[in-house]
Amino acid sequence: MAMTTDVVAAAPGVPTLFARAAQGRALPIASMLLAVLALWYVGTVLLNAQLQIDQFERDGTAWTTSDLIAATMRMERPILPAPHQVVAEMKQTIFDLRPTSKRSLVYHSWVTLSSTLLGFAMGTAFGILLAIGIVHVPTLEKSLMPWIISSQTIPILAIAPMVVVVLGAIGLKGLVPKAIISMYLCFFPVAIGMVKGLRSPDMLQMDLMRTYSASRWQTLRLLRWPASVPFLFASLKVAIAISLVGAIVGELPTGAQAGLGARLLTGSYYGQTVQIWSALMTAAILAGAMVAGVGLIEKAVGRVMGGRP
Amino acid sequence: MSEAAAAVPANRTAPQSAVVQPGRRVVDIRDLGLTFETADGPVYALKDVNLQIEQGEFVSLIGPSGCGKTTLLRVIADLERATGGSITVNGVTPEQARQKRAYGYVFQAAALYPWRTIERNVTLPLEIMGVPAAERRARAAKYLELVNLGGFEKKFPWQLSGGMQQRASIARALSFDPDLLLMDEPFGALDEIVRDHLNEQLLELWDRTGKTVVFVTHSIPEAVFLSTRIVVMSPRPGRIIDVIDTGFPRQRTLDIRETPEFLKVAHRVRAGLRTGHGYDD
Repeated sequence: MAMTTDVVAAAPGVPTLFARAAQGRALPIASMLLAVLALWYVGTVLLNAQLQIDQFERDGTAWTTSDLIAATMRMERPILPAPHQVVAEMKQTIFDLRPTSKRSLVYHSWVTLSSTLLGFAMGTAFGILLAIGIVHVPTLEKSLMPWIISSQTIPILAIAPMVVVVLGAIGLKGLVPKAIISMYLCFFPVAIGMVKGLRSPDMLQMDLMRTYSASRWQTLRLLRWPASVPFLFASLKVAIAISLVGAIVGELPTGAQAGLGARLLTGSYYGQTVQIWSALMTAAILAGAMVAGVGLIEKAVGRVMGGRP
Repeated sequence: MSEAAAAVPANRTAPQSAVVQPGRRVVDIRDLGLTFETADGPVYALKDVNLQIEQGEFVSLIGPSGCGKTTLLRVIADLERATGGSITVNGVTPEQARQKRAYGYVFQAAALYPWRTIERNVTLPLEIMGVPAAERRARAAKYLELVNLGGFEKKFPWQLSGGMQQRASIARALSFDPDLLLMDEPFGALDEIVRDHLNEQLLELWDRTGKTVVFVTHSIPEAVFLSTRIVVMSPRPGRIIDVIDTGFPRQRTLDIRETPEFLKVAHRVRAGLRTGHGYDD
């Protein structure tokens, strides 16, 4: 009985708290960001402490706990760099350096981005073509689907070097092999999503086309294609993010001259964890920006296609 | 069926506008049967159906659900294939008639494409048939005006009420001016007031254009009010049990629903539906 009363008493307070938090989206986003940062700093201190203690002992300096905590956050090669170290490195390599400099993250991002976008375009086109084939030719579904699915079970790290080597042997170097690895990853969600999307028109909508004796091409253009647009955009958001992953993985076996993948690789050669993390953060920001970009295009297309505001 | 089809030279031109030839046979159905093979054995959706429809008639198919009235309409439209008997539409097979865009079909739901404006939904068949854009717009304006939807050209379907959407779908079926209208419970989902209004509009349209209408419904007043002929059907197996000539003047208003003649016809339809078995005319 007492419990029931408690619940009833507490209930009015709970919705108002949530309502206030939900009103502005700033509050939940800010609290999550703060929580992540706090955890990160705790991790920085805990993970780097032993390394720093060894360093203090080698140098023979006396140290207190606060010395230790401060020192773990400004190490040159920490196990986990502190967020502000990563931000400082990013500020320097993105804003302070000339974009053409070999150390500039803008330069490396552009190298990765260009193969990401090329691979994304090729993968999207290939995925859509596959889906159109599968929807229109019944035997294609049975014959192609096992290949499509098994293609995605092979670890990309295993296949990427082979793609680079094989394409290099026929004279394709630089952008194209990386783009092909991106394409290899990103055609899959597009194909799967578009098969579903092209089949999404209901019986009535299909019957209507039949009463007009519409050709298969007309049915595709006027019904299946526009009906599949929501499915396409859902797939594109996944596809563009994994395109970036593909491009970065594609940069690892190329000798790592340029690109975010190259920064990761050289960073790990020399134990430059700050460099690795700033490349990782840049990749994450790029991916987020591209997904958001696809989202914006989706909104614009939705408006033209009569979506409810 | 094949002889009849062969006798009529293939007409490869675009759908013709209504040239009223009284007595021209639009639909000729003889001993038609349609059996669906299912895991539980055959289902006789239609059995021994005989029906002839002349140009300019308004024929209603009425019956309880499962009596095959929608199936019969879909056979005429070549959306289903009969498994027995013969059927011609405009003297040719339903498939040939469909390929010549002989009919406009109105479904139970409006089935407007949500990504097209009302105008572009109405012009969809015209786009498929290769009508030039200017002509398409003119026709959309004309037929939207006809169903009292002038001014809604640029709206999207979700911005319209259910009744307005169904009217847009009728404008779409009319847009390419087919001689034959096949309507499958087009007003079934609408409320009584909207339905009455649309019934009057449809009747007026039919009277003015001389089109042939085959109309599926399960509403007795609707069937009696609209039709020149009412075909009463019964389920298991789907078959025709009565055909009633209503004999009302072509121009009529909802008021005739109060007359004794109207009630007499309605009574006979109801009696046919009730017995469900071999109504003796």
